[in-house]
Amino acid sequence: MSLFLWPWPSSLFVALGVPTLHDTIQLDEAGLVQALQRGDETVFSAVMEEYSGSLLRLAMSFVPSRAVAEEVVQETWMGVLEGVGRFEGRSSFKTWLFRILTNRAKTRGTREKRYVPFGLPGSDSDGDDGPSLEDSLFVTEGSGEGHWADPPQGWEADTPERALLSKECRLAIEEAISGLPDNQRQVITLRDVEGVSAEEICNILSISETNQRVLLHRARTKVRRVLDPYVRGGNK
Amino acid sequence: MEKNFKQQLMGYMAGNFTCKEVAQLITEYLEGSFSLSQRVRFQMHMGLCLACRNYLRQMKYTVATLGQLPTEPVPPEVKEALMNRFRTWKKEQSSENPPSDSH
Ligand SMILES: [Zn+2]
Repeated sequence: MSLFLWPWPSSLFVALGVPTLHDTIQLDEAGLVQALQRGDETVFSAVMEEYSGSLLRLAMSFVPSRAVAEEVVQETWMGVLEGVGRFEGRSSFKTWLFRILTNRAKTRGTREKRYVPFGLPGSDSDGDDGPSLEDSLFVTEGSGEGHWADPPQGWEADTPERALLSKECRLAIEEAISGLPDNQRQVITLRDVEGVSAEEICNILSISETNQRVLLHRARTKVRRVLDPYVRGGNK
Repeated sequence: MEKNFKQQLMGYMAGNFTCKEVAQLITEYLEGSFSLSQRVRFQMHMGLCLACRNYLRQMKYTVATLGQLPTEPVPPEVKEALMNRFRTWKKEQSSENPPSDSH
């Protein structure tokens, strides 16, 4: 049994809320994987509660409807159970989960005629959906050329909390994300919403680091623009 | 007058980034993929340009806001269906690999 030799720092704990027990269980990733391999129902239930929302969010960037995304999440968990015996800990558990989901969602998305693989012509493969997004932010002719057309203002200091307190603003952000080209949406969901490292994202989506950054930049630039009117006026 | 001086100063600094370049490269900067010299040039611009400082802070706030989006709610029926599939899987597992068969 090689489980105990896995190179996880012992300080890495995954705290899982178990609603029915009103308690939390603490497991390091090796413990978690072992429990899943044993078929521990409490642990499965807790892990599923913990990650299904994230999986669903990512799934919706591959397939055309929420209903299909929910099915993909279910298939992902079945894939986890089938594959957990072979999980070797070369990536974090969360990255492994996202990769399983991505593979299932791509298959499903192709069948539903939504997912277009990276690299095909017309698939927005390099994230290039038109002229530079920055063009519209700057003066393009005359003496002011190259200057900010509408110089960025200070935002409220409590922007993240404030923005999400407003339902209207939260919906606007969600709409901005769902309106992005699929690959931009996948990258910003993983990087900024889920906090996955750039390196892991390249691995999960099979894209280059440069491509990852281009897609992220375009996605962030668009979300910033949507957020701006809701949180302007911090420098007063 | 002060603004003119700043513009002149920025003009003198050869190789300094323009505001547009700052906006285009901001993700590279935030993601830590700049070389040392790019970082110095970027920060020099930041030191002199309030608009770009604001833009950088806006980008950071955007990222922070995204990180605090509430999780996507998963309907209870989906969770229930999953737990049922889990139990079926477990039953099949234990009939394929009886517990006595330890490796
Ligand atoms: Zn500037």
